[in-house]
Amino acid sequence: MTRRGPVFAPDDNAAAPARARPTARHKGGVSETAPHDSALRHVDGGAKYIDDMSEPAGCLHLALVTSEWAHARITGIDTAKALALDGVATVIAAGDIPGENDMAPVMPGEPLLPPEVAEYVGHPVAAVAAADFETARQAAKLVEVHGEPLQPVLDLDDAIAREHYLLAPIVFQRGDPGPALSEAPRRLQGGTRVGCQDHFYLETQVALAVPQEDDEMVVYSGTQHPTEVQHIVAHLLAVPHAAVQVEVRRMGGAFGGKESQASLVAGLAAVAAAKTGRPVKLRLDRDSDMLVTGKRHAFKLDWDVGFDDDGRILAVDMQLAGQCGWSVDLSPGVLSRALSHADNAYYYPHVRLTGLFCKTNTQSNTAFRGFGGPQGMLAAEAMLDAIARSLGKDPLEVRRLNLYAAPDRLLTPYHQTVEHFRIPEMIDQLVASSDYARRRAEIDRFNAGNDVIKRGLALAPVKFGISFNKPEMNQAGALVNVYTDGSVALNHGGTEMGQGVFVKVAQVVAEVFGIDLTAVRATATTTAKVPNTSPTAASSGSDLNGMAAKQAAETIRERMRAVAAEQLEADARAVTFAGNQAVAGNKTIGFGELAQACHQARVSLSSTGYYRTPKIHFDRETNRGRPFYYYAHGVAVSEVAIDTLTGEWKPLRTDILHDVGSSLNPGVDRGQIEGGFIQGLGWLTMEECVWDAEGRLLTHAPSTYKIPTARDVPRDLRIELLQNAPNEEATAFRSKAVGEPPLMLANSVWLALRDAVHACGPGGRAAALDAPATPEKILRAVEAMRP
Amino acid sequence: MPTVTMTVNGQQVSRDVDPRTLLVDFIRNELHLTGTHVGCDTSQCGACVVHVDGTSQKACTMLAMQADGCEVATIEGLAKNGELHPMQAAFKEHHGLQCGFCTPGMVMSAVDLVQRNPDPDEHEVREWLEGNICRCTGYHNIVKAIQHAAKEMRG
Repeated sequence: MTRRGPVFAPDDNAAAPARARPTARHKGGVSETAPHDSALRHVDGGAKYIDDMSEPAGCLHLALVTSEWAHARITGIDTAKALALDGVATVIAAGDIPGENDMAPVMPGEPLLPPEVAEYVGHPVAAVAAADFETARQAAKLVEVHGEPLQPVLDLDDAIAREHYLLAPIVFQRGDPGPALSEAPRRLQGGTRVGCQDHFYLETQVALAVPQEDDEMVVYSGTQHPTEVQHIVAHLLAVPHAAVQVEVRRMGGAFGGKESQASLVAGLAAVAAAKTGRPVKLRLDRDSDMLVTGKRHAFKLDWDVGFDDDGRILAVDMQLAGQCGWSVDLSPGVLSRALSHADNAYYYPHVRLTGLFCKTNTQSNTAFRGFGGPQGMLAAEAMLDAIARSLGKDPLEVRRLNLYAAPDRLLTPYHQTVEHFRIPEMIDQLVASSDYARRRAEIDRFNAGNDVIKRGLALAPVKFGISFNKPEMNQAGALVNVYTDGSVALNHGGTEMGQGVFVKVAQVVAEVFGIDLTAVRATATTTAKVPNTSPTAASSGSDLNGMAAKQAAETIRERMRAVAAEQLEADARAVTFAGNQAVAGNKTIGFGELAQACHQARVSLSSTGYYRTPKIHFDRETNRGRPFYYYAHGVAVSEVAIDTLTGEWKPLRTDILHDVGSSLNPGVDRGQIEGGFIQGLGWLTMEECVWDAEGRLLTHAPSTYKIPTARDVPRDLRIELLQNAPNEEATAFRSKAVGEPPLMLANSVWLALRDAVHACGPGGRAAALDAPATPEKILRAVEAMRP
Repeated sequence: MPTVTMTVNGQQVSRDVDPRTLLVDFIRNELHLTGTHVGCDTSQCGACVVHVDGTSQKACTMLAMQADGCEVATIEGLAKNGELHPMQAAFKEHHGLQCGFCTPGMVMSAVDLVQRNPDPDEHEVREWLEGNICRCTGYHNIVKAIQHAAKEMRG
């Protein structure tokens, strides 16, 4: 059965897998489509983002002074004119940082403000604090930065040619691809490229730093990683971690862009606050945000593949050259994930994958939903497309032939054995429900009879590894407090950026206590309540924090169970929690009443919880191990039409089947799938970052950088969750992560565009269409494909 | 500084302002109505949409002075007597939001659409939303929410 459109009809709960429910069922537990935790406040305007908070008395506002050079030695910063302006409090530069001038998330060497060398156009070299933002901005223009231009490297190709790397290349290898390539009956060399993508979170980067007593600082930071901001602010200010508290209630979108990039904004605000002793706010306006902060890595992807006459791959040698920008940032993780997804769902008998950390004098590319995975996967899909075209086969046939398969085609290039692989069955299901075969034939007939409009159809699978690639990051903490009226306050390390981690984790806690979701209140993420957290990233928010919160709630529930047994004069083992009460036989006690009884009996109603993901390990020397606890799966079929005279195109229809295990919240999960898919569609077809010859980013506002609007999405979008598919691994109520994987479902759109371009020529070779497939690129690819 | 007087959410307000003050800054900084958001600063994303004399306007694209003597409605004024406006209720009910940052502008824009066109089809809704960017949802639930609200508003 295919449901039309991602509709959250009231009957969605009925469609959820049946589960045994006591008659007095609490409302809003796991598997229910509960609204987003802030849904009411979002629609009535009451939700406070950091820029909406009341400014403390004496609050200063910061504006950035940025480099006009792509690469230059800074010889002096003259602040006299700026300081003379009425309302200006101070100007901060590298010399004003009392502690260690570094904001690097992984490897040291990324100064908050560069003491010597500016590395890109837009690089903040100083910041002005003034009574209001207008004054600060005016003063920032009066700061004179003197420098001697140095030779920049602006282009990915240039960086590759010069071997201008930030780090030594990494290699994933299994078997020996050299001989296997030479001996293969067929061999193809080719490649594709994919551009940068701006996050374009609707809320720009923001922080408010408020000095406290002594050396203490509270920072409200729009960050996915409060702990990292805490640590960076502490060492910038040369104070202990314990002196810094970082809090974030919500972000207006993040998508990875507020993982490492938030540290710059929070760090500058904190340094200025420490210097002046006054609260300092920094909110980047949209243009500054786009000019200053990093983006999704562009990649040049090249492969050498050997295969047999059926299209079965025998050996792959692939190079994935990532454009890292000026600094290392999170690139080690991004490249590692790119390489570990360059197989996507396909088995490579002999394989070598090489990742290059190319340095360019541009913004520091960073985390973005998928974290390198999408780029790696795109290489695999383009390669499969090329193999199929060279054989004159439907790419779907070649994809199926190369899927991971038991018993001896399951080992990944990083030596993890693929388990619980759902793609083959999911492809079968979606091929049937999307009517692929009939539409394939119909589209081929249409294309044969039409010269101007060509249609394309493609299926793409997604296998996405779940866990941070670094094992040590896969841990989480939570704090649960039950109050004597039975209300519950929940805190954990997860940050809310719209993805619904607050409601999903609250549902887990409500389920453990058997109480209504309305009794559980999610509270702002703060380093003061749950310390030493990992970023909310890698799709891990609900998995990690859900389990930590579950453990905390279970600890309290077991204490409450003992008290309930006394109150109900029953065996503790006979006590259950459901319907807002503890039940034993025909006796009940309300949850609030029980909480009060616990307090009377001097039983603690507060507990921390802690979780670390089991089974995972990875050796970064050999790039072997089991980095992923499990895989999330998805399959999409997309149909498009292109105008071969203009290159314009339209998405006509997309069918998606996605694996979220046993969904914690089908409504939230569908929202992630739909939104992720559209964001991927933007990445691959319309969002294009363009720099000029001097290294200036030209696309720094929505006027020039095009993200999808309501008219740009497939009108016919059919999304199904894979049913009756609990996670085989012991995740929170057998759910699966859903944040990143759906983005890559959009590969099907890009492949469908290549299919339509392919139809313009005699066949035999794949379309020369890179990403983003803008109309200009489509037109060029059509011209190149014509006989 | 000149004085600007307008009615905001039914209440008359009067302030001395720098003539360059944008309406959105007036609303946020002077009146502390922070449900109206600034997303792009350049009149493109639609997060700052309010109603001026009953029609939707991007509050970052007009000066507070230009609203002198006007009736201004923001997201905070949409609910009446503690009851959500049908458009607000529909966005909440149909998951037409994720991070929520675009939501107030979307809701205000959609209310204006339904005032003009009580029964917009999907195409008309999508055309209308061209000036409102959402980065999270993919728009489908927003479109559904607006159509459901339109039905509700028709009675």
